Amino acid sequence: MSNLIKFKIDNKECMAEKGTYIVDAARENGIYIPTLCNMPGVKPKGSCRVCTVKINGRLMTSCTTPVADGMEIESSAAEIQDIRKSIIELIFVSGNHFCPSCEKSGSCELQALGYLYQMMVPRFPYDFPLRKVDASSPKIIKDQNRCIQCKRCIKTIKDEQGRSLFAFRNRGHRIEVVLDKELGLMMTEEMADLAMKNCPVGSILKKEKGFDIAIGRRKYDHEPIGSTIKL
Amino acid sequence: MEKSVKQIIAKYNTNQTRLMDILIDTQELQGFIGKEAVSDIADALNMSQADIEQTITFYHFLSTEPRGKFAIYLNDSAVAIMYGQRAIKETFEKEVGIKFGQVTNDGLIGLFNTACIGMNDQEPAAIINNRVFTKLTPYRVREIVRYMREGKNMDELINESYGDGKNHLPSLKSMVSSNIRRKGMILSDSYIYGSVTKNILPGISPEAVIAEIKHSNMRGRGGAGFPTGLKWEFCRRAKGDKHYVICNADEGEPGTFKDRVILTEKPELVFEGMALAGYAIGGDEGILYLRYEYRYMKEYLEDVLAVMRKNNVLGENIAGIEGFTFDIRIQFGAGAYVCGEESALLESLEGKRGEPRDKPPFPVEKGYLNQPTIINNVETFATAVRIIENGGEWFTQFGTEDSTGTKILSISGDCMFPGVYEVNWGFNVEDMLDMVGAYNVQAVQVGGPSGTLIGPDEFHRTLGYSDLSTGGSMIIFNKQRDLLRDVVLNFMEFFIDESCGSCSTCRNMPEVMKNKLVRILNGNGVKSDLTDLKAWGKVLLASRCGLGQTAGNPIISSLKNFRPLYEELLQKEKEFDQGFDLEASVQQSCRYVKRIPKFHLHE
Ligand SMILES: Cc1cc2nc3c(=O)[nH]c(=O)nc-3n(C[C@H](O)[C@H](O)[C@H](O)COP(=O)(O)O)c2cc1C
Ligand code: SF4
Ligand code: FES
Repeated sequence: MSNLIKFKIDNKECMAEKGTYIVDAARENGIYIPTLCNMPGVKPKGSCRVCTVKINGRLMTSCTTPVADGMEIESSAAEIQDIRKSIIELIFVSGNHFCPSCEKSGSCELQALGYLYQMMVPRFPYDFPLRKVDASSPKIIKDQNRCIQCKRCIKTIKDEQGRSLFAFRNRGHRIEVVLDKELGLMMTEEMADLAMKNCPVGSILKKEKGFDIAIGRRKYDHEPIGSTIKL
Repeated sequence: MEKSVKQIIAKYNTNQTRLMDILIDTQELQGFIGKEAVSDIADALNMSQADIEQTITFYHFLSTEPRGKFAIYLNDSAVAIMYGQRAIKETFEKEVGIKFGQVTNDGLIGLFNTACIGMNDQEPAAIINNRVFTKLTPYRVREIVRYMREGKNMDELINESYGDGKNHLPSLKSMVSSNIRRKGMILSDSYIYGSVTKNILPGISPEAVIAEIKHSNMRGRGGAGFPTGLKWEFCRRAKGDKHYVICNADEGEPGTFKDRVILTEKPELVFEGMALAGYAIGGDEGILYLRYEYRYMKEYLEDVLAVMRKNNVLGENIAGIEGFTFDIRIQFGAGAYVCGEESALLESLEGKRGEPRDKPPFPVEKGYLNQPTIINNVETFATAVRIIENGGEWFTQFGTEDSTGTKILSISGDCMFPGVYEVNWGFNVEDMLDMVGAYNVQAVQVGGPSGTLIGPDEFHRTLGYSDLSTGGSMIIFNKQRDLLRDVVLNFMEFFIDESCGSCSTCRNMPEVMKNKLVRILNGNGVKSDLTDLKAWGKVLLASRCGLGQTAGNPIISSLKNFRPLYEELLQKEKEFDQGFDLEASVQQSCRYVKRIPKFHLHE
């Protein structure tokens, strides 16, 4: 505890260990900053941009930026909240997210953020892109309609030799997260469980199992996202 | 040249961080990187095939499908189209008998589009098997295609039509012209290369080199304008096992080509500048990251490096300075604008997809292979040599207080003399237009698509970091041009193609904005669309790198400076346009289910 530094979030005095990422430091100080692509304990790659905050007049992602001594962070200003809401809406319209028919409904982080930000009708037109479902692995279904390209599966699902099972394909607007054909066939039960668990939405689903958590017992049914962090 | 993929892998010591080189060599050997090659490379490097393919599919010039014995990449940038690219495209399609994006059945010819190839002053231009064909005409296209069918080789296709300057050298044999129209301290022939290294460096400490650069007030020439001396100082102070010097020759911003000219005409100055930087920061390894579009310069630049080594301007104990060792190798990109962004460049150098890194940490602390690294533009290194030769104080007499020295501009579009002009910072746009012979000018795109589009009421403005900042791209449009269709839309498509795709904002928002622009162009726009565009563009500022942050600029800046062009296209009588025709849709669906539509039942 020797390396404690002081900083401010929305003018509230905070303290954290030097080098802590802003999202984590905020949580330790009872402040919730929404995240989507971030996963505790995994090297961040600020790709969803939902955790955007403002520091010195510049927008930064709080999952990738460490706190510094004397830093002043703006998080709850209307402008920043609206950017976050826009981003969530943008992610919704850029895929095909039909919550009522999705196995992850109620436990989906994107859906939970939609509720948190009171998204009604997105301000952007729906894109309804044509996307495929890859069911070639005996263990999982990879549904591209729901993929939000967060990179979590790419970063966390590896075989015992350290090879990635998931990878990007193409770039820009045409980017996809795909499952390696060969390694996908050799996926273990544990890997499949982990992949489904790490996917924040319903893009990775285990085969031969679904809708096994009753409505009312799902992750966000009683505790909306972020609500467990209290000042 | 290696004859098999296994030999290629061995040449790069089965090193994962050299994956880009392995892929490029494989692509050149086989014309594509097929299943077998992917499997061999994946096994050797202990990576999954999907992991190898994620790098291949990121880069425009790498492909898992055959691209043809002759792979033709025709530039489709805005200026190419202004200079008649459409006729060239049609002629290619007609003569070859396929569409762009396809390869002939016999595998002889493939036709592909590509983003700006750095030839804006000699468009229409195409890259064929790594050689550049400039100033194409329908006649030339027919001839080229005929020669290909007759089995002629690349030299025969070029037919000794070499460009000016050094382009005729045996190691270049290139059709490209340098078109130098105005020289200053960089392009001047007065500097004899090696003189700073041999005459000055032995008597000056690395710290003093940095002090001199700081004193000169020079800022980076690549666009962002970071003070060069400060960058070198940060890097020198950063702790690491090794310090690296990287020259950014990705030159991807549409409309810039000055780095190509500097590297063609003054490569020694750039390499000497890199060595100078190595001396200053305490590094012994330099890498020139060269865009694949300039692959035709490989042999030439390697020859130059060899001569410099022989003259002890590179190598060990350079200029007799004990322990001053520095060498340079060239590594290529493979067609990705974003790899000009410095941290994406590092990822690419390490053999990966060019996805920019989150900052901090900055490259001066953790750069190439996690070691302290400086990345500078081609022109920045060249300029640094002249500063050390003449002193930082001397340098400040050129340009303005906050923008010292000279800037090399790449000027193209509607003007009499497109080409490269070296001017003092502080030059105004009006003078620039008069200098290049541009008349009836409607607009100038300053700094490329990521910059700003200005009209005549802003031509009094000056070029400099505090007014019109530019990496050098200047594109001129006369009054006949349809700015929204031919320029703004083309630039938006450029960003959509070139986004790395990692940020949700940059991956999706430019497409959303482009769709709205198209709606307006089709006559379906309403007033609120303009308000939406402006508001939505702001979300892009939450993107990780400069590409996403500026990807809305073509629309945002034209909306600001050319609003009447948009307003003209709007539907005056409507507040809202639902975007589709209800009756037509009902009729269509009725056709499928064989029913007769009934409209207006209650009338
Ligand atoms: C999308 C993007 C593309 C870029 N392309 C280039 C480029 O082609 N050449 C270049 O020198 N800098 C480019 N830059 C700027 C570099 O990130 C970096 O600032 C520059 O190389 C630093 O060198 P300098 O300080 O000498 O200008 C680009 C930046 C972005 C965001
Ligand atoms: S802004 Fe665009 S190009 Fe830059 S990192 Fe994000 S997605 Fe990639
Ligand atoms: S959570 Fe920070 S960018 Fe996604």
